Amino acid sequence: MKTIILRTASTYLLPVLLLFSIFILLRGHYSPGGGFVGGLIASIAFVLHSFARGLDNTKELLRIHPGFLMPVGLALAFLAGVTPVLFFDLPFMTGLWYPEHLPVLGSLGTALFFDLGVYLVVVGVTLTIIFTISESA
Amino acid sequence: MLIAILLGFIFSLFLVITGKFFKGKFSILAAGVPLALFIYFTQFISRISNGEVITQFHSWIPAFGVNLGFTLDGLSLLFSLMITGIGFLVFVYTSAYLKGHKYLDRFYGYLSMFMAAMLGLVLSDNLISLFVFWELTSITSFFLIGFNNTSRESRKSALIALAITGIGGLSLLVGALFLGSITGTYSIAEMLTMNPEIASNPYYILIVLLIFGAAFTKSAQFPFHFWLPGAMKAPTPVSTYLHSATMVKAGIYLLMRLTPVLGDHEFWNTTLIIVGAVTMVYSAIHTLFRTDLKGVLAYSTISALGILVFLIGQGTVEALTAAAVFVIVHALYKATLFLVTGIIDHQTGTRDTTVLRGLRKVLLPVAIAGFLAALSSAGIPPTIGFIGKELTYESTFHFGNMAILLMGLIVITKILLLYAGFVAGIKPFTGVLPERFENTKMPSFLMWLPPVLLALGCIVFGIFPGLIEGSLVKPMVSSMGLDGKEIHLKLFHGFNIILLLSVITIAAGTVLYFMIEPTKKRENWVAKFEKISPQTVITNSWTNFIKFSNGWTNLFQNGYLRNYVSTIMIFLIALTGYSLFSKANFAVDFNSFSPITVYEAATSVVMLIAIGYTVFTRSRLAAVASMGIIGYAICILFVIYSAPDLAMTQFSIDTLTVILFVLVLYKLPKYLKLSDYKMRIRDGILSLAFGTIITLLILEVLAEPKSSEVSDYYAANAYILAHGKNVVNVILVDFRGSDTMIEISVLAIAAIGVFALLKLRLKKSDQR
Repeated sequence: MKTIILRTASTYLLPVLLLFSIFILLRGHYSPGGGFVGGLIASIAFVLHSFARGLDNTKELLRIHPGFLMPVGLALAFLAGVTPVLFFDLPFMTGLWYPEHLPVLGSLGTALFFDLGVYLVVVGVTLTIIFTISESA
Repeated sequence: MLIAILLGFIFSLFLVITGKFFKGKFSILAAGVPLALFIYFTQFISRISNGEVITQFHSWIPAFGVNLGFTLDGLSLLFSLMITGIGFLVFVYTSAYLKGHKYLDRFYGYLSMFMAAMLGLVLSDNLISLFVFWELTSITSFFLIGFNNTSRESRKSALIALAITGIGGLSLLVGALFLGSITGTYSIAEMLTMNPEIASNPYYILIVLLIFGAAFTKSAQFPFHFWLPGAMKAPTPVSTYLHSATMVKAGIYLLMRLTPVLGDHEFWNTTLIIVGAVTMVYSAIHTLFRTDLKGVLAYSTISALGILVFLIGQGTVEALTAAAVFVIVHALYKATLFLVTGIIDHQTGTRDTTVLRGLRKVLLPVAIAGFLAALSSAGIPPTIGFIGKELTYESTFHFGNMAILLMGLIVITKILLLYAGFVAGIKPFTGVLPERFENTKMPSFLMWLPPVLLALGCIVFGIFPGLIEGSLVKPMVSSMGLDGKEIHLKLFHGFNIILLLSVITIAAGTVLYFMIEPTKKRENWVAKFEKISPQTVITNSWTNFIKFSNGWTNLFQNGYLRNYVSTIMIFLIALTGYSLFSKANFAVDFNSFSPITVYEAATSVVMLIAIGYTVFTRSRLAAVASMGIIGYAICILFVIYSAPDLAMTQFSIDTLTVILFVLVLYKLPKYLKLSDYKMRIRDGILSLAFGTIITLLILEVLAEPKSSEVSDYYAANAYILAHGKNVVNVILVDFRGSDTMIEISVLAIAAIGVFALLKLRLKKSDQR
């Protein structure tokens, strides 16, 4: 599948798709989207890149093994859940919100960090599974 | 108080980065943690002795009534002081005992996690959080028993201990849930007033049995006692700390804590007395047949735990006072004896009582500690052990029916325990020093000072029982729901029958000690009965259970994916079909359906063609591709029916699934063997039946009047409570965020599984 068209396109598609996945992640709270879909789109971006450029190139691009994203994401999601318990004496997973509206992001709350955690875990899981299987194929 | 409990966990996390520092010269600094906690808890002594109860509350999962409520009263204060005080000495001792050990930092990590879990256990007011800490103590104990993880025996003992205490933990959880549903609260403080209601409940016996299951496994009561001698494979500081002074007393703590809630009932009292009596006599007899010092101590510990259960079973003020004092007595002398044994083992390299002699010449301070502890264990005045024994005799003597029989049993136990204490604390130090031990060196003072301090405690509290009377014993008895005002501890009770029995005990025990030498021959003789011991019976039924479940699993999970799918489908058709046809009335109102649009019809046609192609194509790749088309067609249906979130996710998932399939198919051999006609017809019927059932089910669901309470709530509150307009996403990250949390954990576990499976196989082929 290493056609020149796909190869050239993948160079531009990867950043665009990644940006799109982040857009999907951020808009999730108000419109269709969210961490799960965003994560899947980001993984598709990397998988596409690996098809066009070869797995080794994608891995080099990623620098770290995608598996490391799983604990990072889990920790982030857990921290977002546990913050209200530790600092505000509220039950686990209570949403905390920054009162001011921020540019670009809109209102900022623990839910965003939780969703970001989901995003990272999904990217980590999908890429780990697909990379492992295609390596052993 | 929350910080005090969490300190141990925080410290063990901190060790991950600073492990090197604590492994080297500065290991003694780790003892600062329990010392700080000990000082923290001593501050409360005066307030608690004035009858105050200190509570603290943090909400955790209020929706389920699960909170982190902590209560510091007489009972929890005594245990907290024991946990942190003995903990401090054990930490100090460990720094010398395991000096230079490769994994000393890890050991401190486990030990401080254990300490934190144990503090949480004794301070929790909420039964569910108590259960969580209870399990944490089992888990840390597993790691500590198996600390020498290169030894097969250690690993096996650790697993047995975990299995036994783990089953007990589950029993505690179920018991707690029952109690919670009867009383409507998980707070023990709130249950205190409901004793009559609980006792008259039809489930009372079951609840008590479940709580007993937890307490008896944790506190090594007959017939679950055998994990404790096995747990002696752990390094001696662990045996001292977990398996004699603190963790095994968690069961005792639970019984004491729940005495006002569940006690004062014939079933409770009788069962505890019988189990306690059997345990104390059985394991006291066992001490006669052991030659390993730690074996002797293990069985005498079980026996002491039996005495405690026996006393709690009596349930009178006298008995509970005796139990309270005996907890202190036992912690002091048994910890000393274990530490002394550890020193002997560390300096001479053996724990065999048949060869150890005359060590007083080389290890004098250790000998003094051992001697004092043995006196306290024997109940010889002026040690605190004497007071404990007098109280035990007195309460048993005053216990109405069967007093003579019970008296006989307790006296026999005490005689045998005296023997065990002498064997462990005196025998290695008396007599002529054999040549092989002449070069034995004194250990560092960090090792001999802790047992000496504890042994001094045995004497000091014995001479001045006032020190613990008002401060610890009285508040402890009153927190068990009884009036402790009348308690008065003293060394000398006047000339009476109790004193006579004490004299008989001491005399008979001493005679026994001089008459019976521990020998290998007797140990071997008793080993013959191993076949009928509870250990063999339980481990055998365990092995058979594993065999059975292996057979069962192999029957259903034979490794062929197609069989799994057929099994799942057959069961689903049978079960769903049965209840569908027996209950539903299939009143489908076709007029209520919206008319079919062109888009829907077109999508359905595409889907049908794709299904037909999937079924009849001869190429795997084509089948996978057309499966992808079916998936996309479903996504389009989602879009038409305005479920954009679902459609987006399904689109991405379908794309990835096709990629995954292709990757896997790539590995399979090129020519596929097609199944024969019969199988195809069978599979066809099966899938048609499955599809029909699901369709009928959905039609039936549509016909039912639906309640939209939940979705209305989410829709109404998504913006108000969670600042989000996309209800689906708000449910995922906020309303039901804990579910998402668990789901992503499962995803991560699945990915690790795939990774491990495939990489492991790669490595094997590399080796070949």
